[in-house]
Amino acid sequence: MSRIAIRNLTVRYGKHDALRNMNLDIPDGKITVILGPSGCGKSTLLRSLNRLTDLYDEVSVEGQVLIDGENIHDPRADLLALRKKVGFLPQRPFPLPMSIADNVRFGPRIHRMTREDILRQIGAPADAAASRHAAMDLLVEHYLKQAGLWEEVRDRLHAPGANLSIGQQQRLALARALAVEPEVILADEPTSALDPISAQLIEKRFQALKEKYTIILVTHVLRQARRLADYVIFLYMGEMVEHGPASFLNSPRDPRTRAYVGGEIS
Amino acid sequence: MLYRRIQEWFFRALMGLSLVIVLGSLVAMLGVLAWRGIGAISLEVLFQTPKGGYYLGGGGGIANAIVGSLYLALGGTVLATVLSLPLALALQREYASPRLARLTRLTLDVLAGTPSIVYGVLAFVIMVRIGMGASLIGGILTLTVLMLPIMTCAMAEVIALVPREMKETAYGLGATRWESTLAVVVRQSLPGLITAVLLAFGRGIGDAASVLFTAGFSDRIPTSLADPTASLPLAVFFQIGSPVKEVQERGYASALVLLVLVLLVSVVSRLIGRRFSRHVIR
Ligand SMILES: Nc1ncnc2c1ncn2[C@@H]1O[C@H](COP(=O)(O)OP(=O)(O)OP(=O)(O)O)[C@@H](O)[C@H]1O
Ligand SMILES: [Mg+2]
Repeated sequence: MSRIAIRNLTVRYGKHDALRNMNLDIPDGKITVILGPSGCGKSTLLRSLNRLTDLYDEVSVEGQVLIDGENIHDPRADLLALRKKVGFLPQRPFPLPMSIADNVRFGPRIHRMTREDILRQIGAPADAAASRHAAMDLLVEHYLKQAGLWEEVRDRLHAPGANLSIGQQQRLALARALAVEPEVILADEPTSALDPISAQLIEKRFQALKEKYTIILVTHVLRQARRLADYVIFLYMGEMVEHGPASFLNSPRDPRTRAYVGGEIS
Repeated sequence: MLYRRIQEWFFRALMGLSLVIVLGSLVAMLGVLAWRGIGAISLEVLFQTPKGGYYLGGGGGIANAIVGSLYLALGGTVLATVLSLPLALALQREYASPRLARLTRLTLDVLAGTPSIVYGVLAFVIMVRIGMGASLIGGILTLTVLMLPIMTCAMAEVIALVPREMKETAYGLGATRWESTLAVVVRQSLPGLITAVLLAFGRGIGDAASVLFTAGFSDRIPTSLADPTASLPLAVFFQIGSPVKEVQERGYASALVLLVLVLLVSVVSRLIGRRFSRHVIR
C-alpha cells in the first residue's frame, strides 16, 4: 500500500463542498503535482494532508487520510508527530520573527532534538560537535545548503529573516521545513510569488529532494507541472477529474482536463 | 478635473489641520504648564514631602505624590499586564471559540469605556464592606481593574494582526499552540504589546477619580501597602483649587511633573519596543 492514501475524503467550509469524495493513493518517493483552476480545492487538499484544516472556522472533514496506515483525521491521532512527518511550504513564505539561523533551528528546537539526534540526522560523525549548540550550527549549515541558500547568508546568519528577498525567504522556508526531517513535503504554489530565477532554484531543489522525500506540489503553471511532475492530479470544482502518470497531460481523456491543458480554462 | 483638484486640496488641508491641532495641543499644554509651574519647581518641591502649613504656602514638596503615583501606576500596570496578556492571547482562534471571543471583546469594550469614577465608587463600596481603608493596595487594585480592559483590548488587537500564515508555518513545523504563541505571536506583536502596556500606564497614572476614595491622600510616602497614599492627579486637584498663589503654582508644577513622567515612560518604552522589533515581519 502507498504510504499516503486518501479514502472518501470530503472537506466542507460551512455548507460549501471544497473537496468531494476523493479517493487516491499518492505514489511514494515521487513528485505529485496537483493541477486545477483557481478555487478548485487544491490548497484545501494540501491542508487536509497535515491537518492545517484544523485552523479554519467551520471546516468539516469526512472520510480518511491514511498515512502509514493511520488515519490522521482521527481525533486521537498524534498531531505533532504528523506535522513533523509532513512538512509544509506555503504559497507566500513567512519568515518567523527571528534570525535566519533561528528560523532553521525552530523545528529541531521544539522537537527537543539532542546533540546525538542532530548529528545523526545530518549524517555527521558523532564527534563532529562537542555541544548541542555546536551541533545546531552544523544543522543550520546543512539545511541552508540543501535549500541552496547557504552561500548567500553564511555571513549574516543572525540577521532577521525578514531582511531576505522573497526568493531567499522561500528557500529559507524550505530549509526550515527540511530541518525537522519530514518524510513528505507539501508545497502550495511555492514559486508563485517568486521571480523566474528564484523559481528555477526552487524547482531544482525539488528535483534533488525527491530522492529522499515524497513531494506533493500545487501549481498553476502547466509548464512547471510538466517539468517536475511524476504523477499528476487534476481537480475541478472540488472533484478529482483525472489522475495518473505525468504523461497523461499529453493525452487527457476528460474534456475538462483537455480544456485546462489547452489553456481554455485557468 | 477642477472638482478633483479641489477635493485633493480639501483633504490635504483637513489632514494638515488635524496635525496642527494635535501638535498644537501638546505644545500649548506643555507651554501653559511650564509657564505657570516651572518657577515653582525646585529640588525641595521634587524631593521633599509637605511640611506643616504646606497647603497654605509653607515649605516642603510633592515627593509624596510623585512616589505615590509611581507606586500606584507601576503596581497597577504590573498586575494588569500579568492578567491581560494571557487573556488577550486566549482570545486567539486557537483557544477561544469565535463566539466566546466576540462576547469577551464586547464586554471588554464596555468596561474600557466605563468612566473611572464608577470603578472608584465600586471599589470603595467593596472596600467598606470588607472593612478595608483607603490604602496603597486599594488604589493599586482599583487601577488594575481600570487598566485591565484597556490593556487587553489593545493587546488583542495587535495579536489579531499576526498573519495566519505565520502561525500556520509554526504549526506546520509541529509546534504546539503554546510554542507558536510564545515564539511567533508574542515576538511578532511585541512592539504593540509594549504600546498597550504603556497606554494603560498612562491612563492609570493620570487618573484621579479611581484613587480618590481607594488610595486616599497622605502627606507621607507610604511605607506599607496598607498606608494611604497621595497621587499626582489629586495633588494637582487640591493645589490648583487653593486660593494661595504659591500653592497654585506648585499645583501647575505637579501637573508638569505628571506630564513629563508620562512622556518619559512613553519615550523609553518606545525605545525598548524598537529594540525588540528587529525581527518583526512587516
Ligand atoms: N477558509 C475558508 N472559508 C470558506 N471557504 C473557503 C475557505 N478556504 C477556501 N474556501 C473555498 O473553498 C474552495 C476551494 O478553495 P482552495 O483554497 O482550496 O482553492 P485553490 O484550488 O487552492 O485555489 P487557488 O488556486 O486560487 O489557490 C473555494 O471555493 C474557496 O472559496
Ligand atoms: Mg490555493
